Amino acid sequence: MKHTLSVLVENKPGALTRVTSMFARRGYNIESLAVGPTERDDVSRITLRVDCAQHSLEQIEKQMHKLVNVLRVQELAPGESVERELALLKVAAPASKRTELMALADVFGARVADLGPDSIVFELTGSPEELDSFQELVRPHGLQELVRTGRIGLGRAARPTRSRAQQQVMV
Amino acid sequence: MTGADAVLRTLEAEGVEVMFGLPGGAILPLYDAMARGTTIRHVLARHEQGAGHMAEGYARASGRAGVAVATSGPGATNLVTPIADAWMDSTPLVCITGQVRSHLIGTDAFQECDITGITIPIVKHSWLVQDVEELAHTLKAAFHVAQTGRCGPVLVDIPRDVQEAEFDFALAETISLPGWKPPRRGHARQIAAAAKAVAAAERPILYVGGGALNAHATDELRALAEAARLPVVTTLMAKSAFPESHELHVGWPGMHGPKWSNWALNKADVIVAVGARFDDRVTGKLSAFAPGATVVHLDIDAAEISKIRHADIPVVGPLKPVLTELGKVLADELTEGKTEPWLRQIAEWEEQFPLRYGEDNTILKPQRVLEALQELTAGRDDMVWTTGVGQHQMWAMQYIRCERPRTFITSGGLGTMGYGIPAAVGAKAARPDATVVCVDGDGCFQMTAQELATSVLEDLPIVVVIVNNGYLGMVRQWQDMFFAERFSQVNLTQTVPDYAALARAYGALGFTVENEEELDVALEAALSSGRTCVVDARVDPREHCFPMIPAGAAATDVLEYTAEESVTA
Repeated sequence: MKHTLSVLVENKPGALTRVTSMFARRGYNIESLAVGPTERDDVSRITLRVDCAQHSLEQIEKQMHKLVNVLRVQELAPGESVERELALLKVAAPASKRTELMALADVFGARVADLGPDSIVFELTGSPEELDSFQELVRPHGLQELVRTGRIGLGRAARPTRSRAQQQVMV
Repeated sequence: MTGADAVLRTLEAEGVEVMFGLPGGAILPLYDAMARGTTIRHVLARHEQGAGHMAEGYARASGRAGVAVATSGPGATNLVTPIADAWMDSTPLVCITGQVRSHLIGTDAFQECDITGITIPIVKHSWLVQDVEELAHTLKAAFHVAQTGRCGPVLVDIPRDVQEAEFDFALAETISLPGWKPPRRGHARQIAAAAKAVAAAERPILYVGGGALNAHATDELRALAEAARLPVVTTLMAKSAFPESHELHVGWPGMHGPKWSNWALNKADVIVAVGARFDDRVTGKLSAFAPGATVVHLDIDAAEISKIRHADIPVVGPLKPVLTELGKVLADELTEGKTEPWLRQIAEWEEQFPLRYGEDNTILKPQRVLEALQELTAGRDDMVWTTGVGQHQMWAMQYIRCERPRTFITSGGLGTMGYGIPAAVGAKAARPDATVVCVDGDGCFQMTAQELATSVLEDLPIVVVIVNNGYLGMVRQWQDMFFAERFSQVNLTQTVPDYAALARAYGALGFTVENEEELDVALEAALSSGRTCVVDARVDPREHCFPMIPAGAAATDVLEYTAEESVTA
């Protein structure tokens, strides 16, 4: 079963490597990965998609918690979170096909990011499933290149946001 | 003050008394600072791997973090084996490595290597110090991380220019580790549930792992076992955590543990795992391991809970308070005499399945070497034992009796051949009052024998007893038993090198023995000499280590010594 994990890490060199190395070492496969800044300069968020059994997921969460740079690990459960992804798709677009492609893009709310004589680069943000659909629909037209960011997500607005103060260890 | 001086002032403030290392280019400023003065003793190893294992031996004998120092590049990579060893056995180890100057990092400079990158999977955490202002905090954090939660290795990599930089030094008062939050106490409701399960058990057992020693919880463990009359098995890593002459000590579980110990663990109805991790060498075939048992798992590392065996009642927390609390709650629920039939049953198994080997007047048996050591040292309270890895290690586990905590130091999880000699040197540095004996194999000895020089010249005398069968004995045993006697690349010979002569070349005393009389004389001389000694005991090369649970077999299906086996072996 697939799970999305949202991991807050200290914004320090090597933090991402430590997380991904743990996955490699323990034999878990990362399906997608997105890393970026958060509302705090000193904290980054890693959103990971993994395909594993519930028992393995618990192991992954616990092993990640042990990493010194990891501040919080949370599963983004379907229904309790919003997940989005961005895709850029370069599609073959001879003049005869453009209208049809533009109409298709319109339905999905995809923007034209760039336009060339023979192709169009579409930009689409949406749920990963919407991206899948759009990708399959434009594929027959000649999908020349594709890049997706990997999903990112947040708990739903109705859920309380837990924030943890920086902890000073007195020794 | 320079960064290098700041390193020493910080280590001194952390209470470090001894460090083990070997200098080189990128760590020169730190060694220069040592020459200017420090209260810390530096033990000069002959190989960085030796320094690392010495620091481990020091840590295991003292209960405090060991410190190993090495230069960049090959110096640092030579520490990788001890770091991996400390990782597997949860030994608190602080490694300090020199790194090439900051502006050279990433250029493939001379003796440059990415040691923080190389060690990521085998450290709790590591730091590359990029600014001298971070140095004091980083080192303080390193000691904190190594010794809190589940103990383990950390590494601090310090570029040469950071060691040389001048700055206004102040000791770090606080450290900021927002992501490091080891548990501080066990959950009261879980402890209550654990107590209920133990009180209700007909056949309870304490399955104790190395965590009990790391947690300094051996007094609490004993109090609990005695109050509730619970039998105790100690794993290889926990050997010495519970007095082995105690009537409640029922041996050591695992691949070469006695049959009765494995039966006691596997036929229990409630297993209380105390800082143990259900290693495959203990469980054997997992699906057949203790099938009827309810598992109570006490551990400071939440990730160990249900990692291998499902824990019915997990308690995550430091063992010292957890065991104390468990004892308190349990006191009200105990039924007097309830475990006596179970204890009698285990005692019957012990009678029924004693350790045995084929005695032979014509040749020295390896087990006899361990028996002689045990007989000669029985009752002494100053013994500390270390071992290499292999048959001799398993015989040491079976025949040596340890009564006090931290007196049996061995490489369990990683199975690092060559661990014994340097670990003994480190243990001696931690316990100058102790008589430290390294039970070694001839294969292991040759991996780290150069540290005899350290032992002699640093006045850290140890007694090395080589159970010399002239083979990589455990490998030979497996080839004999499971590979149709095709012996492949295991013959080391008993005579090359001449171990006693090699010992003398290092300035140590050397003894060669080939029978029981010579053995007793040599061991007595070695143990009373106060000098570094090597006793080369040439033993029967065909001897197998029994009992044995073949890999993948159920832990109750124990192969025992039989007279026929001795003939065919």
